[in-house]
Amino acid sequence: MRKLIQFKNVVKDFDGQLVLKGINLDIMENEFVTLLGPSGCGKTTLLRILGGFIEQSEGQVFFDDIEISKVPPYKREINTVFQRYALFPHMDVFDNIAFGLRIKKTSENIVKQKVTKMLKLVNLEGYENRAVTLLSGGQQQRVAIARALVNEPMVLLLDEPLGALDLKLRKEMQLELKKIQKEVGITFIYVTHDQEEALTMSDKIVVINEGEIQQIGTPTDIYNEPENRFVADFIGESNIIDGIMIDDYRVFFDGIEFECVDYGFEDNEEVDIVIRPEDLDIVPLEMGKLSGKVVSTLFKGVHFEIVVETPNRKFIVHTTDNSPIGTQVGLHFFKEDIHVMWKMGTY
Amino acid sequence: MKAFRNLVKPYLFWMGIFIVIPMLLIVLYAFTRQGNDVMTLTFTIDNFVKFFDPIFLRVLGKSLQIAFVTTLISIILGYPVAYYVANTKEKTQTLLILLITIPMWINMLVRTYSWISILSDNGFLNVILKAIGLTPVSLMYTDFAVTLGMVYNFMPFMILSIYTVLAKMDKALIAASYDLGANRLQTFLRIVLPLSIPGIIAGITLVFLPAVSTFVIPKFLGGGNYMLIGNLIENQFITVGEWNFGSAISLIMAMVIMASMILTRRLDKDVEDSDKGVNNGNGGVMYGR
Ligand SMILES: Nc1ncnc2c1ncn2[C@@H]1O[C@H](COP(=O)(O)OP(=O)(O)OP(=O)(O)O)[C@@H](O)[C@H]1O
Ligand SMILES: [Mg+2]
Repeated sequence: MRKLIQFKNVVKDFDGQLVLKGINLDIMENEFVTLLGPSGCGKTTLLRILGGFIEQSEGQVFFDDIEISKVPPYKREINTVFQRYALFPHMDVFDNIAFGLRIKKTSENIVKQKVTKMLKLVNLEGYENRAVTLLSGGQQQRVAIARALVNEPMVLLLDEPLGALDLKLRKEMQLELKKIQKEVGITFIYVTHDQEEALTMSDKIVVINEGEIQQIGTPTDIYNEPENRFVADFIGESNIIDGIMIDDYRVFFDGIEFECVDYGFEDNEEVDIVIRPEDLDIVPLEMGKLSGKVVSTLFKGVHFEIVVETPNRKFIVHTTDNSPIGTQVGLHFFKEDIHVMWKMGTY
Repeated sequence: MKAFRNLVKPYLFWMGIFIVIPMLLIVLYAFTRQGNDVMTLTFTIDNFVKFFDPIFLRVLGKSLQIAFVTTLISIILGYPVAYYVANTKEKTQTLLILLITIPMWINMLVRTYSWISILSDNGFLNVILKAIGLTPVSLMYTDFAVTLGMVYNFMPFMILSIYTVLAKMDKALIAASYDLGANRLQTFLRIVLPLSIPGIIAGITLVFLPAVSTFVIPKFLGGGNYMLIGNLIENQFITVGEWNFGSAISLIMAMVIMASMILTRRLDKDVEDSDKGVNNGNGGVMYGR
């Protein structure tokens, strides 16, 4: 695979307020990359720089090994699904989707064919002549997706494209988008703050916080081996624990020394430890590595979310067997369930 | 609530005394013969028939023509100004809008009068022309001078009305257009211009109506013999004293204005229909913000 897009030390400030603090990121051809981070962390800003709507204050952006900072947006082989759709209110659904094709002077015949195909793809057949202002939020989003996709760009930027959909439609569209991306073979750069969506769809996830990349990796990397407390906390629910790395493969927390699989820390280095709720198991008191009392339990559809209070903290446990509130229980986990991370800001 | 509703009463009273009654009086005058007192009214339509004389019709035609040209020039000159202002920084916008509206703070009579000292044969313009060795021109008392005065006085309304629409337009729409491959000109023609039509139409109403009925501007810049419909009416009332004929012309004028309003409304509606129900009658593109 070839590098299609490279961000090199991209910095952006708005009137002195630093929004992106030196982004270095490579995006491969045909990759599904997700930018994941909390609201206001700079995801949209990064996309807008790539789309050509604003210019970075420092650093370079390469597209196909060419620096594109001075290339106007309409000359970039990139299309965008905007966060707030930005559909043209004076045009109907058909004309919105056909806009890009008509600009390129495509014959009306082909326009009709392609738009019809797109409408089918996004499940809006029969809506050709509707006013876009009269569509529901979800329908507008799908028009926005169709309007961008119909141009068959090399790169598609999607800024929280499924934000307004209900859960069912959202799941459907996730699969649909993933399928389209595989079929058409284009690079998707997808912005979301929904970690589940990021985990299910992406080839690569870029976790951003306050304008800084926290971790780049595959969904399994990010989930299983979060590099710091922020990532662990942001991706899925976590039990995050302060501890000390005594030696390679030996970590100390909550007053006990545990065997683990991590190494390469300094002796007695302070670390953050994460144990995923689904890696914890509730066992009879005497069989647990830690012990505590059940203080709450919540049925979550597939599993129970049980909170166990130990002398040092509360652990969240996801398990399929319920335990009544008040019971004294043991907590069990395996050595590979302990993920040791550097303290934030010290790496 | 109810107490608030009572606040409208003084205005209703005001409207009754100063708007409705005078209007009824105009209608009364228009349909009666001159010289009779209130006791012995003789109704007639002579006043209207009298108007359908080539002399008067030409005055009407000329008024419409000059108002039309004024409106057209206001659009052509005003649109780029509005576009420019709407695309500057917010602070600059406030300043520029202030500059555009400042002349309106000064009485229209004074503003128009000052044009005389610019345009007249020994005026400012000709002094400059002579100074740089060009032949002086005689501009006063021409269609040019009258139209100039009207454009000067009424174009700010056009600018403001277009500016309001442009400033409210969602910038993301323009970004989306660029994103889909349209260059600046294409984006302007396909997105910005169609979405600003409600502003233009509002501007047409605001410029055309005063332009068709003003009598101050043609009187000063057109000279004593220059007749537009506004002057005609003024003459009937003040110089000739033919209140009945003056009232009839006023009514005819009102009909013409109403017709032209209906026409622009229709235009607005057509645009809205092609917008497929987007209600931007108030100029707002209330969308995607
Ligand atoms: N044009 C601008 N002028 C000033 N500040 C801006 C501008 N655009 C964005 N910002 C600021 O930059 C920061 C990042 O904004 P951005 O839109 O990139 O966030 P985001 O990660 O997309 O958030 P969200 O998930 O809420 O969409 C915010 O603090 C925002 O206020
Ligand atoms: Mg955003």
